[in-house]
Amino acid sequence: MAEIVSLSDAVRELVADEHVVALEGFTHLIPHAAAHELIRQGRRELTLVRMTPDVVYDQLIGMGCARKLVFSWGGNPGVGSLHRLRDAVENGWPAPLELEEHSHAGMAAAYAAGAANLPFGVLRGYAGTDLPAHTRVEFISCPFTGEQLAAVPALRPDVGIIHAQQADRQGNVQLWGITGVQKEVVLAARHSIVTVEEIVDRLERRPDSVVLPSWVIDAVACVPGGAHPSYAHGYYKRDNEFYVAWEAISRDRDTFTAWMREHVLEAVPV
Amino acid sequence: MNGDAPTWTSDEMMAVEASRRLTNETVCFVGIGLPSLAANLAKRTHAPGCVLVYESGTIGAKPTLLPLSIGDGELAETADAVVSVPEMFAYWLQGGRIDVGFLGAAQIDRHGNLNSTVIGDYATPKVRLPGGGGAPEIATSVSDVFVMLRQSPRTFVEQLDFKTSRGDRVRVVVTDLGILEPRDGELELVRVHPGVSVDAAREATGWNLRVALDVQETEPPSPAELDALRALGTKGRE
Repeated sequence: MAEIVSLSDAVRELVADEHVVALEGFTHLIPHAAAHELIRQGRRELTLVRMTPDVVYDQLIGMGCARKLVFSWGGNPGVGSLHRLRDAVENGWPAPLELEEHSHAGMAAAYAAGAANLPFGVLRGYAGTDLPAHTRVEFISCPFTGEQLAAVPALRPDVGIIHAQQADRQGNVQLWGITGVQKEVVLAARHSIVTVEEIVDRLERRPDSVVLPSWVIDAVACVPGGAHPSYAHGYYKRDNEFYVAWEAISRDRDTFTAWMREHVLEAVPV
Repeated sequence: MNGDAPTWTSDEMMAVEASRRLTNETVCFVGIGLPSLAANLAKRTHAPGCVLVYESGTIGAKPTLLPLSIGDGELAETADAVVSVPEMFAYWLQGGRIDVGFLGAAQIDRHGNLNSTVIGDYATPKVRLPGGGGAPEIATSVSDVFVMLRQSPRTFVEQLDFKTSRGDRVRVVVTDLGILEPRDGELELVRVHPGVSVDAAREATGWNLRVALDVQETEPPSPAELDALRALGTKGRE
C-alpha cells in the first residue's frame, strides 16, 4: 500500500546513492520537483534511466548526481542541445558520464518487459545501424519463423518516479492526457514514488486515464506544480518559454550553477 | 523567377515542398520542427484527411498552433486517440500502420543513411547530438521516409560519423536548395528551388552529386500555401 508522505521523506527513504532511478513522463507530467529533491539531498553515482532526458536530467547531470545514463533521445525538445549532458559527455564536467543508448522503440520494449517480469523485450529494431556496437542489444531468431529480431534487456529500476494529476487518500493514483511510459516504469521498478497535483477524497473515473492501484506504489507525495516547466493536463500548460530560456541558463557552467543554487538548492523542500 | 528576392524563406520552401508530397490518405509520423510544419500545412491545404501521428502517443492530432514539443497538451486534446508510448512504437509504428515518417539529421550520406548521434568518435565525440529517438525504427517501419535537411558539405557527407538510421526507405530528401530522390540506391538531384543553381547544390554536397538529366525548378510557394503556413503561428524550428 502506498504511504502518503512528504516528497523529502519519500526520496530519503527510497532512493540511495548508486541506485538505478527512472523518472518518466513523455513531455507531459515530468517529475521535476522530485528531481530537485534528489539534487537537494545530494544523491550521487545514480544510474539515471529515461527515454527523453530533457531539462530534468540536464539538471541532475549538471549537479553531479549521475554516473550513467540510459536513454534514447537527449535534447531540449524544439529548442536544441542539452548543454549539461553534452558537457558531461564531451568534457567530463562535472563528472564523466557513461552512456547506454537505445532507440525509443527499444526503451519502450525494455520497460514493457520489465513490467511483465520478462528478461528481455523484443522488437524489429536496431538492425543496419551502428547502435548494436555500442549498446546492450542482441539479435535472436524467432523460434517459429526464424526471423531475426532485436532483444533488449528488461529495465528494472530500483526506483521509478512519476508525476500524476491525482491520488485518493488510500494512495490510488490517476493520470490522463499523454500517459507515455509511466504505467510501465512503475510496474517495472522495485519501488516507486508518485508525486501528484492534488489528493482527493474520491478519484472520479475518466475515460482514457491510467489508474495505478495503491498496492503497486510505495509513496505518494502531494506536490502541486511538481511537473513545472512540463505540464499537468487539466491543471497548467507547458511553460514553453522556460524551455527556450534553459538554452541560455544551461550553456555556461557558472550561470547554470548559480541558477540551480537559487532555484533548487536554496528552495524550500516540499 | 524575376530578379527580386523571394518573398519566402528557405524553411518555408522546404515545408511547402514536403507538404505537397502528403495526400488526403497519408498516415504520417511527425517529428517536431519542419516536419510538423509541413504536415500541418498539408492538412490545412490540399490534404485535410491526412492523419498526423506524434510519437508521444497522439493519433490524429489536429493542433491549431504549431506545437513546440511532440507532447504538447493540444495534441492530446485534439487527437482521435491517445495511446501509451510502448503501444505507439509496437502496435502502430512496428505494426506497419504508418505510411510516411519524417526524419531530420546532422549528417546524410549518398544512400540516405542518417546520423543524429555524434560528430566525431562515439566514445570521445566532438559534438554529442541528441541521438536516434524514434529514428532507427521509423526508418525501417514506415513505407516512405521523407528527410528534411539543410544542404551543406558538413551535412551531406561522404562518410557518416555514425549510422543512426538506414536509408533504404528514403523516398525524398527536401533541402533548402532542392529535391533529391534515390535512383538505384543513390540520391540524385531532381529539382532545384527557384533561384538556386545546380552548381550551388553540387558545391553544398560532400560527395560527387549525381544530377538528373532534366533537373526541374521547384514550383514556388503559392500565396495560399504561404498564408496557411504563416497562420500556423510560428516559424519552422530546426
